[in-house]
Amino acid sequence: MKRAESILIPFGAIAAGMIVFGIFCALAGANPLLVYASLWKAGFGSWYSWQNTLVRASPLLLCGLCTSLPARAGIIVIGNEGALVVGGLGAISAGLATLSMPPWFCLVTMGIAAMLCGGLWIAFSVALQHYRGVSAVISGLLLNYLAIAFMNQLIEGPLRDPSSLNNPATYPLTPDHRLAYFSGTHVHHGILFGVIACLIAWILVDRTTFGFSLKISGGNVRTAQLVGLPVGKLVVIAGFLGGACAGLAGMIEVAAVHGRGNESLNAGYGYVGILVAFLSRQSPLGVLVVSVMVGGLLASGGMLQRAHDLPDATITVLQGILFLFILLSDTVYGRFRTRAHINSGVKANAVAV
Amino acid sequence: MTRRELLAGLAAPALLPAASTNQPLTVGFIYNGPKNDLGYNQSHAEGKATLRRFPWVKAIDEASVPETVAAEESMRDMIFQDNASVIFATSFGHLDPFTIDVARENPSVQFFHCGGLYDEAKHPKNIGIYFGFIDEVEFLSGMLAGLSTRTGKLGFVAAKPIPQVLRNINSFTLGARSVNPRATTKVVFTGDWVLPVREAEASSSLVDQGIDVLTGHTGSPRVIVQTAERRGVFGCGYQFDQSSMAPHGFLTGAQWAWGTVYVRIAEMVRAGKSVTNGTIPRRLTGTLKDEFCKLSPYGPSVTEQSRSRIAAAKASILNGSLEIYRGPIRDNEGHTVVPAGRTLGITDVALDKMDWLVEGVDGRAHG
Amino acid sequence: MQLPSEGLGPWGVAVALVGGAMRGSIPYMFVSLGECLTEKSGKINLGMEGVLLMGAMTAFAVSDLTGSPWLGVLAAAAAGLVLGAIHAWLTQQPAVNDVAAGIAMILFGSGLAFFFGKRFVAPMAPQLPLLQLGGWSHVPAVESALRISPLFFIGIVVSFLLHWLFTRTRWGLNIRAAGDDPQAARALGINVNAVRFLAITLGGALAAVGGAHLTLYFPGIWSEGISGGQGLMAVALVIFARWSPRRCLAAALLFGGAQALGPSLQSLGVNGYYHLFNASPYLLTMAVMIATCSPNRRLAGMPGALGKK
Repeated sequence: MKRAESILIPFGAIAAGMIVFGIFCALAGANPLLVYASLWKAGFGSWYSWQNTLVRASPLLLCGLCTSLPARAGIIVIGNEGALVVGGLGAISAGLATLSMPPWFCLVTMGIAAMLCGGLWIAFSVALQHYRGVSAVISGLLLNYLAIAFMNQLIEGPLRDPSSLNNPATYPLTPDHRLAYFSGTHVHHGILFGVIACLIAWILVDRTTFGFSLKISGGNVRTAQLVGLPVGKLVVIAGFLGGACAGLAGMIEVAAVHGRGNESLNAGYGYVGILVAFLSRQSPLGVLVVSVMVGGLLASGGMLQRAHDLPDATITVLQGILFLFILLSDTVYGRFRTRAHINSGVKANAVAV
Repeated sequence: MTRRELLAGLAAPALLPAASTNQPLTVGFIYNGPKNDLGYNQSHAEGKATLRRFPWVKAIDEASVPETVAAEESMRDMIFQDNASVIFATSFGHLDPFTIDVARENPSVQFFHCGGLYDEAKHPKNIGIYFGFIDEVEFLSGMLAGLSTRTGKLGFVAAKPIPQVLRNINSFTLGARSVNPRATTKVVFTGDWVLPVREAEASSSLVDQGIDVLTGHTGSPRVIVQTAERRGVFGCGYQFDQSSMAPHGFLTGAQWAWGTVYVRIAEMVRAGKSVTNGTIPRRLTGTLKDEFCKLSPYGPSVTEQSRSRIAAAKASILNGSLEIYRGPIRDNEGHTVVPAGRTLGITDVALDKMDWLVEGVDGRAHG
Repeated sequence: MQLPSEGLGPWGVAVALVGGAMRGSIPYMFVSLGECLTEKSGKINLGMEGVLLMGAMTAFAVSDLTGSPWLGVLAAAAAGLVLGAIHAWLTQQPAVNDVAAGIAMILFGSGLAFFFGKRFVAPMAPQLPLLQLGGWSHVPAVESALRISPLFFIGIVVSFLLHWLFTRTRWGLNIRAAGDDPQAARALGINVNAVRFLAITLGGALAAVGGAHLTLYFPGIWSEGISGGQGLMAVALVIFARWSPRRCLAAALLFGGAQALGPSLQSLGVNGYYHLFNASPYLLTMAVMIATCSPNRRLAGMPGALGKK
C-alpha cells in the first residue's frame, strides 16, 4: 500500500497539474493535446531528448541535496545559489593554480576546493541558526546576494582574463583539464557526481547511525540532547555536506560546461534545487527522480515557443502549477492507508511518514 | 549501381542550394532575454521579423535562453527537431563554448554569432561572426547631446566596463566634445544588464549632479530615457527606438538594424553560399553606411539648426571625410591612446579591445 | 524644460539618499508589511517575489487599459489577494512546508506575470499622481526628491494601522495568538485556520501594492527584471525589523536609501568597487542580525509557531 501510494499520488498530482495547464494553454490559444505531445517529445520522447533532460538535471541533483541533507536535521537551507557560486569560484581558482599538474590532480583539487567553499558557506549559515538564532532562511537569502556581488567583483576585477573582452570571465582551463563527456553524447561526466552523491547521501541518512542521529536532532532538539547527541556538531556537519554538494555543482559548471568562471554561474539552479528537495520529500533517492522530471520540463520549454508560439514564460507557469499540485499532494499521504487499514481491521500505527 | 554510387546519388541533392528544392530554409534565432524588452533582444527579434518578406524562409526563435547549457540544447533542438540549417546566436555569451560545441557537432549547419572575434585555432569553420559598429551613430547622438546641453554635463548609465560599452561611452563623448569642447560625460556602472530600479536611481542621481542629457548602455536604456524625461532633462536612446519613452525630451539615439544582416545572410545561403567554405564572409561587419545601425528619429525639441549640423556630419561620415577615432586622442588618465597623425578606422580590431575612457569622461574603465 | 541645477556635489548623495529612501522604500515597505502580517499569524510567505511581480504587471496592465492608475493599484491588490489566498490555503494543508510553497509561488506568480505581461508592451501606462512637497526649494534636485508618491503615505498609515491592530484590537490579539501558539489559541476558541487564511491573504494584497509602485511610479515601466529580488529581500527585512510594523517602515526606508547609495557615490566620482557598494545593504542586514540575535532567548516579537508545523 505504501509503495502504491508513493507512486500513485505524485502521478495523480502531475496529471491534475497538467489538466490545469492544458486549460491555461487552451485559453492562450494552443491545442492542449498537441502541447502535451510536444512536452513529452522534447523531454523524454527519444534518446536525444533524454540527453537534453539529463544535462539539465545534472546541477539540480547536487543543488537538491544541498537543501535535503540539512532538512534531515530540521534546518531549512535556501542558500544553494550562493554555495554553488562560491564553489564555482573556489574550483576555478584551484584549477587555474594547478593547471601545470596532471589533469586528474587538477580536477580532484578543483572538486575539493569547491566542496570546501560551498560546504563552509552553508555550514556558516546553519551554524548561525543553531548558535546565534539567525534563521538559515534569511541568512541564506542574504548570503546568495553577497556571493553574487563577490563573484562579480572578482570576475570583473582580480580574476579577469583581459582577453575575455565583452563577456568578463576568468582565464580558461585547458581542454584536457576539463571534465569529459560520455562519448557519442552531449552529457558530461558531471551527472555521475550527482548520481553518486545521491546514492552516498541515501546510505548516509538511511543506513548509518549518523543519519539516525540527524533525524533525532531534526525531530526534537531536547530529546537529542537528552540522549547525549552533539546536536550542534551534527547539524553543522549536515549543512557542510549539503553545501559541499552545491559547491560541487559549481565545480561541474566550471569544469564541464563553461571551462572558466563567469557570471553565468548564477543561473538559478540553486533555487530550483530547493524545490527539488521539497518535492522529493527530502529523500536523496527522490532527488534523483525529481531532478530528472524537472530537467525534462526545462528541456521542453523551448519547444513550446517554437512549435506552439507560446511565450517564453509558459514553461515557468507550468512549473509553478505542477509544483503547487505536487506539494498539495503531500497532504494526501496516509489518508488512503488509514482507511485501508481500518477496513482490514489493522490498527494504523505508521501514519506518520 | 554499387551501393556507394547509390548513396552518393542520394546525397547529391543535399549539396544543391536550398532554392532548388521545395524545402524552406529554416533559420533559428536565440535571444538571452524577452523579445519585448524595447532594447537589445527586441532589436534582434525585429531583425528576424524582416525575414517574413521571403516566403522561402521559415524563421523560428527562442527567447530567454540563458548563457548556459540551455543555449546549446536550444540550438540542438532547432537543428534536430525543426531541421534548422542556419542558426543565429544573438547574445555575446552564447559563443564560447556553446555555439562552438554545437557547431563542431553539426558541420553541415551554419552558425552566425553576434559579436566577438573568430579564432581559427579554436573555432570550427562553420561559425561566422557578424556585428555592427555603432560608434559613428553614438558619435552623432553625442554631437546632438553636446549641442543641446546647457550645463555641459552629460550622463551615461552603463552596465559593465566591457569594450563594447567603453566604445559607446567614448564615441558619444567624442561626438559631444567635437561641437562642445567643454562637455564632460559622467559614467555610472550598474553592474548588470537588466536592473531597472538601479538604472532609475543612477539616472536620478546623475541629474542631481547637474547633468542635463542622459543616455546609457544597458539591456534596454528605456528606463534611463524615461527618467530623463521625468526629471525634465534630455535623453538619448540606445539599442532600440526609445522615442516613445520621452515624448518631450528625447533627442535621438543609436539603434540597431539587424534586419539588414539577416536578409543579406538569408539571401547568400539561398544562393548556395556558405560560411563553411568561405563564400559568406567569416567576419561580416557593417557600419552606419552599411545600414547595420541607424539614428533614431529626432525628438520634438531638436532644433532645425542642430538637425542640419547632424545631417552634415552624417554625410561626412558616409563619404569618409569624418573619421571619429582620429588622433591625437588622450584617455582620462593622461595617456595618449591614438597619437597625432594616426586614425583608427572604426573596424580596426584594436578598438575591440578598448580598455580606456577618453579625456572628458569621469569614470573608471576597470572595475 | 526646467533649468538644470549646477550640481549638488556631496549634498547630492544626501539628496539621493533621502529621495531614494522615499521612492525606493515603497516596495520594501508594502512587501514587508504584508509579510509581517503573514508571519504574525505563524506562517512564512517566501513567494512575495512572485506576488510583487504579479502586482506590478497587473497594475501596469489595468492602468494602461482603463487609463486610471488607481484602478491599477486596486487590481494589483486583487491579484495579490488571489495569490495570497492560494498560498494561505496551501500552507494550511498538513505536511505542506511553507518555504517550499513559497518558492513554488515565486515560479507561479512570476510565470503568470511574464506570460500576461507580454501583451502589455505599451511603453508607458498612466502613472500615479505625485504630491509636490518641494515647492519651497529652488533646487530642482530637492524638488524632485520631494515629489512623493501617495503610496508612501499610505504605507506609513498602514504600518501604524497594523501596529494598532496588533497591540490594541481583538483581531490583532487573535492573529498573534494563532502565530504564537496555535494549540492554545484553539483552546481559547479562536478559529486559527480562518485567522491565518485572512492574514496571509491580506498580506499578499498589501505586497502586490508594492508592485504597483514599481510600474506606476518608480521606475515606472513594466519589465521582467523589474523586481530585482526586492520581494525576497523584504522577507528578510521583516525579521530584521523583529516583526514590528513600525520597524518594518524604518527598515524599508533604510533599504530604499541604501539602494541609492551605490549609484549616487559613483555619480559623485567614487568609482570602483561598485558591486560591493551595491551589496552593502545585504552585508549590513547580515551584520545587524548576527549582532542582535541570540540562541538563548527567542527574538522579541517573534511568533512562536513560525517555521514549525
